[in-house]
Amino acid sequence: MGDKNQNSHRAYVVRLELTDRPGELLSVLEPIASNGGNLLSIFHERGDITPSGNIPVEIDLMCSSEQFESILSSYLDLDIKVTQSGEEKYKEELIILLIGESIVTDLSEIISSVNSEDSLSVVDSSTTLSSESPSEASTILRLAIKENDRLKAIDLVKSVLSDYGLHIIIDNEQGVGQ
Amino acid sequence: MKLAILGAGSVGRAVAQLSEAHGHSVIALADSRNAIVDSRGVNVNEALEHKMNQIPLGDSSLEDVFECEYEVLIEATPTTLESAEPAFSHIKQALEADRHVVLANKGPVAERFEDLQVIADESKGDLRFEATVGGGIPIMSTIEDIGPRNIESVKGILNGTSNFILTRMAAKNLSYGHVLAEAQELGVAEADPTFDVGGIDTALKCVIIANVLSGGGFSLSDAKIEGIQHISNHALNLSDSYDLTIRLVGEVAQGEINVAPTLVSKMSDLSVGGTQNIIQIQTAHAGVLTLAGAGAGGGPTASAIFLDLQRLKRDYV
Repeated sequence: MGDKNQNSHRAYVVRLELTDRPGELLSVLEPIASNGGNLLSIFHERGDITPSGNIPVEIDLMCSSEQFESILSSYLDLDIKVTQSGEEKYKEELIILLIGESIVTDLSEIISSVNSEDSLSVVDSSTTLSSESPSEASTILRLAIKENDRLKAIDLVKSVLSDYGLHIIIDNEQGVGQ
Repeated sequence: MKLAILGAGSVGRAVAQLSEAHGHSVIALADSRNAIVDSRGVNVNEALEHKMNQIPLGDSSLEDVFECEYEVLIEATPTTLESAEPAFSHIKQALEADRHVVLANKGPVAERFEDLQVIADESKGDLRFEATVGGGIPIMSTIEDIGPRNIESVKGILNGTSNFILTRMAAKNLSYGHVLAEAQELGVAEADPTFDVGGIDTALKCVIIANVLSGGGFSLSDAKIEGIQHISNHALNLSDSYDLTIRLVGEVAQGEINVAPTLVSKMSDLSVGGTQNIIQIQTAHAGVLTLAGAGAGGGPTASAIFLDLQRLKRDYV
């Protein structure tokens, strides 16, 4: 029930090895964009070099299984070394609605503090700012969660956001994508 | 059965008016000031007309009600919290006289469940309270029939006023304040709406369910409660763009009681509109059982009381 198109999208992780050349990172992102995938996060540790002299990169993205296949075949065509790929990391989706004045002032900080948690990733967001009453400012965040335990993820979101004075409204477990 | 009805608000009046059609006889009816007692049967229409014209129901007192030969006391006085008085004393007096008690008042079973159990255990009378949760929806008898041990959790929308407000705000893009004023004009919301929109009413119902599932141990202070006062039409519009809406959901799960505005899919059963109520019972062996219907009002609540009377008749007469 309540299926949106995005629900056929899943979270995937790809681990790559890049050579240390300018523009190399951009070349691995291009196939994701051109295939309609949604980049969740990218972990690129320049100082951490593999024995073969390459730089390991981990990319988290949301896309359909078809899109994922064509992204991988693009990497093959481009001769990019994929060390690991699959649908593994983010197990579930969580939608939260936030209401409160701090959305007007601190939205980007709010989103990055959620994203800074290893097990949470903001997939998309949508915001309404009400000029006449800032306390009614609202934002909805769609999160991919790594936790198998949904309740733990909810507790984590609440604790991360506890200092912002927000009303936090969580989606009903059975209401989304089921 | 011979009924004594305490409380002449919308529920007490509806029970009095529908009793004869259900094969019962009202031999006493009391409001907060006066009472009428007639062992041959109270002339209900006449008494209620008196009340409408601000004439006393009759010249009897509450003491006279307890002295008459009633078989079942219907406790339909307004819900009070903490000590749950005076309803608690009314129930105690009836049970100690070995009479049955049927409640519409939520206070006693939410706030003093264990005290009531002790008194009920020593009485030859039985205590039933279908009407305290979900109006005309047979929630308590369903839980009783399935057996509390076969139920894992219960979740639902149990307050028609909040649901009316959220439904209308979303449908017409109107502010909370605007729709609350409309609801008050329509008589859907009280002059002081806190009990409904603040989630207290939903929480009381969840506490009652938790008490039944666990054999007691819960009162209102055990519930985590958040109301709908801060929900704006902007928030509802935003939810709508994700095919979601907001409902005030009460949940009893793993010994915890939570009442909070919740995002629900517009396609899901929980997105009932208007003053409707819905309850989802997660059973151990039969999946989710969903019941929906009219959660408040004289007629639906009276029908829950008649359901209790039917069970008393089956078990005792």
